Formats: sequence, structure tokens, C-alpha cells
Amino acid sequence: MGTLQMVVVILILLLLVKPVGTYVYHVFSGEPNRTDKWFGRTENGIYRLIGLKQREGMSWKKYALSFILTNIVLVAFSYIILRVQRGLPLNPNGTSDMEQTLTFNTVISFMTNTNLQHYSGETGLSYFSQMAVITMMMFTSAASGFSVAIAFVRGITGRESVGNFFEDFVKAHVRIFLPLALLVTLILVGLHVPQTLKPTLEVTTLEGQAQHIAIGPVASLESIKHLGTNGGGFFGANSAHPFENPSPLTNVLEILSMWMLPAALPYTYGMFAKNKRQGWVIFTAMMTLFVLLLGLNYYAETRGNPAINALGIESSQGSMEGKEVRFGIPQSSLFTTVTTAATTGSVNNMHDTLTPLGEITPLALMMLNNVFGGKGVGLINMLMYAIMGVFLCGLMVGRTPEFLGRKIEAREMKLIAIAILIHPLIILVPTAGAFLTELGKGSITNPGFHGMTQVLYEYVSSAANNGSGFEGLADNTSFWNITTGIVMLLGRYVSVIAMLAVAGSLLRKNTVPETTGTFRTDNGLFTGILIGTVLIIGALTFLPVIVLGPVAEYLTLR
Amino acid sequence: MKNSNFFIIVRLALVFIVLCGGVYPLATTAIAQVLMPSQANGSLIKNEAGAVVGSELIGQNFTDPRLFHSRVSSIEYKAEASGSNNYGPSNPDMLKRTKDFIAQWQKDNPDVALNKLPVDLVTNSGSGLDPHISPAAAAVQIPRISQLTGIPAAELERLVAAHTQGRDLGLFGEERVNVLELNLDVQKVMKP
Repeated sequence: MGTLQMVVVILILLLLVKPVGTYVYHVFSGEPNRTDKWFGRTENGIYRLIGLKQREGMSWKKYALSFILTNIVLVAFSYIILRVQRGLPLNPNGTSDMEQTLTFNTVISFMTNTNLQHYSGETGLSYFSQMAVITMMMFTSAASGFSVAIAFVRGITGRESVGNFFEDFVKAHVRIFLPLALLVTLILVGLHVPQTLKPTLEVTTLEGQAQHIAIGPVASLESIKHLGTNGGGFFGANSAHPFENPSPLTNVLEILSMWMLPAALPYTYGMFAKNKRQGWVIFTAMMTLFVLLLGLNYYAETRGNPAINALGIESSQGSMEGKEVRFGIPQSSLFTTVTTAATTGSVNNMHDTLTPLGEITPLALMMLNNVFGGKGVGLINMLMYAIMGVFLCGLMVGRTPEFLGRKIEAREMKLIAIAILIHPLIILVPTAGAFLTELGKGSITNPGFHGMTQVLYEYVSSAANNGSGFEGLADNTSFWNITTGIVMLLGRYVSVIAMLAVAGSLLRKNTVPETTGTFRTDNGLFTGILIGTVLIIGALTFLPVIVLGPVAEYLTLR
Repeated sequence: MKNSNFFIIVRLALVFIVLCGGVYPLATTAIAQVLMPSQANGSLIKNEAGAVVGSELIGQNFTDPRLFHSRVSSIEYKAEASGSNNYGPSNPDMLKRTKDFIAQWQKDNPDVALNKLPVDLVTNSGSGLDPHISPAAAAVQIPRISQLTGIPAAELERLVAAHTQGRDLGLFGEERVNVLELNLDVQKVMKP
């Protein structure tokens, strides 16, 4: 039954890939289609409101600049709100203003689609902040990332330009995120997720004790939290909290919400490339890595924690520390794997309490950062590895590598190397740094090798813009707020700008006609090469640190 | 970047702050409150007298040995916050907590063999507010409750069975028992 329920969810996802991918293509292709009729009027109204007269294609630099400046304006607004939230309306629980380094961390975290949370929603945010800052940024950061991914795809598939950022940003909201979020919110409320402006409830329990139950506009945040692969919870316990995720059914809905769009994007890419097999190659590589890592986590968690099993109790349920009874191991394993693959970062079980081998799954997915991936960024990263794979093969046969009919030359490879190297750099350097200072070491709450993993996980999660945490880490200090804030910024913007530059550079090149000597990138052989490239680069970079953390802990516990 | 573009950006940001941060959450709140007020307000449970005794989704701390107990919670089911200690699998504090719990359990439930005690009862849930226990975790508490209350074991087994919720759609998740709802019924049988 455990395997079956995971397989059924994966099958539902497979059925969604084609319709969703096709829809996304129609939204952004610029060709007239049916969706224009439904949404065109709203969009034209918004274009008028913002004073956008022509929607001509931008250069990659202008696209990147518009993307960054829009994010800066949103960050400035959100910073101010959080710093003065106490005096603003919709604050029935009297939440006080947020401290400045925590605010710095929080606004960067949500703008970069990371959603690392060093605060606890119940006590740290007013309802106004939950809506106007957190919910708002969940939409805008997802739409930003989505737009950039589409721009990159336009670039490498040789459209006339990378597109117009403002138009993409508006369309992503109006045609994708707002209607989907509205639908999912109402289904979630139907399945008992609260949506109210009432303050914390006070009840008298069966044993006569007072219980204060935090509540609020949860469902409207929960839906976009997953659809936008954001992951920041309304409550501290995130999707493990029964108000955020009351039943296995809501769990499946949340899994599909966060997985659907990233999984459909490779198909959209195939349509842009006018060769759907290109999209399926990317998808297959992603799904293969996904299934391998899901299997590892499920195997480790069902076997349980040897230290607990040795106590002689009935432990056939598996490792239940940090997990909820309604989900059990299968729904927890699947959630953990999807949330770190799709860089959502919500959790329905505590990753700090995973068994040592089970921990490897979320860590590895965030280290690779290209198995489905967050709003668009996963596709960009996987395509980056595809170009890398083509380059490696080209070197071996001594031929100038080509990708989708364009020559890959020194400039592109330099940019890709920067994008690939920045990721381990901003993970491993701060991790080592944290161990050199008392400020870093002092926050570790689990002794031994597990403490090592706590620090590593925090930076991996920040760099991959995932946002899940080993929540035991005492991370609301200036040290952690500032260092993870910087890591999140670099993790998001450096690779995005580098990859937009690659797209811009490829756009200027002439197409090379396809011959019998052309290395094909749309078949099984290339799928294998792609998976190999990802694993070799990933393993060479991160294996030592995985051995120091989870593997060492596994060996001590066995 | 030209000035006109900068104004477009500011206006773009403002439009979506209002739309996504204001109109969307308030509109969904209004729709939810009108169409599904019970679900939207926390799925509260009332007792026979009509007083609210909790939420069907939020677990409670039960210390009375005559009632079914919930899972371990480091926050003792205080629902103004949520979470757990986040003990890693090799954490000695976790091992100590578990051993202490088991020792106390054996003292309170001398009639139940240790290898019948299910792991979910011994461990801390992720939220610290888990409203459920597994059917096996309810079953092992029956001998104690039956002895202390005088309710026949068969009657308690019937109550547990009546409150055992199957997998969603017969497939997703695990079988589970809502402890608060079960205890409400136990109290009803206990009182007359």
C-alpha cells in the first residue's frame, strides 16, 4: 500500500504534464490562442494601469534589469511593512515589529523564492504581514522566476528575442498563478484548512485546561505556497501543522500543486524547441533521479531508527519521530522528496529528525538543484547541464559542440561554469566558515555528526533557494540571518543573470544546419549522458561533505 | 534604464501588491466564510452542553489515566505555537526521553507486553499537535482504561473501531484514531 500510494501520485503527475505544459506554452508563446479571450481584457487593464504602451521584445540585459528592479521595489515595500507591522491594521494578536536582521533575512528569503524562515508565523507576523508581504511575495517571486525561465527558453530555442519582462510577469499572474491559487484555496478550505481573520482561538480542553489555538488566513497562503514552490509556512510547523495540511488528501493536493508546474516546464520547452523529444529527454532525466532518491528516503525511513528499534517496542511503522500519524512514511517520504526536488521547502515532517540515510535525499536534491526545480530555475539548471553534456561529448570527438542548432563556444561555457561553480562555493565556504566561529557553532542543537549536517543543510537550503530547514538549528541570530541572506541573494541572482546572458548570446548566433554528423540531443543516449553529467559533477563536488555528515552518522547508529 | 521604465516598475509592483496581497486573500476569506464557515473557522468541536472543547484537527494533552493519551509533544499541545525538539536520530536526549517514557508507560500499563507498544505513541510528532494516534496505539491503552473506569474492554474496542478513520479514498495516508473525539465518547460512557 505504501509504494502504491506513491506510484498513484506519480501517475497523476504524468497525466498532468502534457495539458499543463501545453497551456503554459500557449500563455507565453505570443501566438494568438483561446486563453486570450478569457484573460485578455484583464491584462489590457493592467497594462494601462502600469502605463505599458508597447510590449516589444527586450535585450537580455534590459530583461534582467527589469526583473531585478521589480524585485528591489517589492523588497523595499516589504521591509517597511515588517518593520512597522505592529501599528498597522489586521493585527488582532498584537504582534510586535520585526527585528532588523530578521527582516533583512525574511524579505530576501521570500523575494528569492527561498522561504527560509527564521521566525515562527504564529508569533512573528500580523495577519496584514502574512497577506500583504508573505502571500504577495509568494506570487511575485514565483512569477519572476517563471518569467526568467521562459525568457531563457526563448533565447536558446531562437525566438526573435527573450521577450518582454513586464508582459511575462503580468501573464504569469493573470493566466496561471491567480486562477490556480483561487481554485486550490477553495478546495483546501473545503478540506478543513482555515481561512479567517479572527484572532487566536481560546478553548477549554476536555481536561479543563485552556488551549490557545493560533489560526488565520491560512488557506490563501497555503495554495500559493505550493503552486509557487515557495514553501514558507503560516505556522512554525509548516505543512506538518494540522491546520495547514489536515489530511492525506490535502497532502496529495499540496504535492501535486508544487510539482505540476516544474514538471510541465520541460514539455513547454519541447514545444518552444519545436521538438517535443527535447523536452522528454529533460523530463526523463529529472524523473530518473527523482525516483532513485525517493526510493532511498522511503527505504531508510521505513526501516526506522536503529537506536529506537533496539528498545524492544513495536516499530514496524518506521521512523515516526517528527512525523504525523495521518501521513505515515509513504506520504511523508513523497512530500520530502517533492518539496526538495521542486525547491519548495515546505515540510510535512521534520527533516532534522530523518534517519541518516533518509537525510541524504533532501540534501542531494538541493545540491543538484535541477531535478524539476523551483519556478523555472530547475529547468534552467538542467538545460545548463545539458549544454555542459554536449560540450563534454564535443571535446571527446574533437568537434565544436552544438545545442539546438547553435554553436556552444567559449563565452557560453564560461558563463555556464560560473553558474555551476557558484552553487558549491556559496554552500561549502559558509559551512566551513560557520564551524570556525562560535557564532555559527553555538547554534547547533544536536551533538556529533548530526550537528554538522544541521549547518550544511541550512546553507544548502539557502543556496538552492529551497527554504526547508533542519529546524533544530537556533538560526534567528544576526550571524545566521545575515549570512544566509547573502547566500540566498547570490544563489538566486548570479545564476539567473549568467543564464540570461547565455540566452542573449545564443540568440545572436546563426543556426548551423543539421547534418548526419550532428550530435543528437533528443534520444536515449543523450538522456544517459545528461544523468551522468549531473551525477558526476554533483558527486565530485558534494560527496566529501555528505560523508562527513549523514554517512558518518549512519555508521555510528547502525 | 529610462525614467519611464522605472515608473512602469513601481506601478507594476503596486498593482500586484494590491492584487495578490489584498484583493486575493480578502476575497477568498469572504467566499470561504460564506460558503464553508465551519471549515474556515477551525473545524471546532462542541460537547453535549454546546461548549467548544477544541478543534477536531488540533490534538490535546491528556494526562488523566482514564482517558486515551495522545502522542509525545515537546510543546504539550500548546497550539499558540507549533513544532518539536527536532532531535536528530542519534541525539542522546531523544534516546533518554524515549527510555523514560517507556519506563513510565510500563508502570502505568503493566498488563501490556512491551513489544505491543507502537512507535507512534513513543515519538514526538512533527507539529507537536498531532490529533491522531494509530489504531494499535489506541488498542494498547484499552486494558488500562477498562480497569480504571470499569468500562468493559469490548465496549472500548467498539468505540475505538467507530473512531478509526480509514485511508483517504481507501488509498492515501494511514489509518488513524482522533483522540479528542474518542475521549469525548469515553467520557459520555463514563458519566451516567
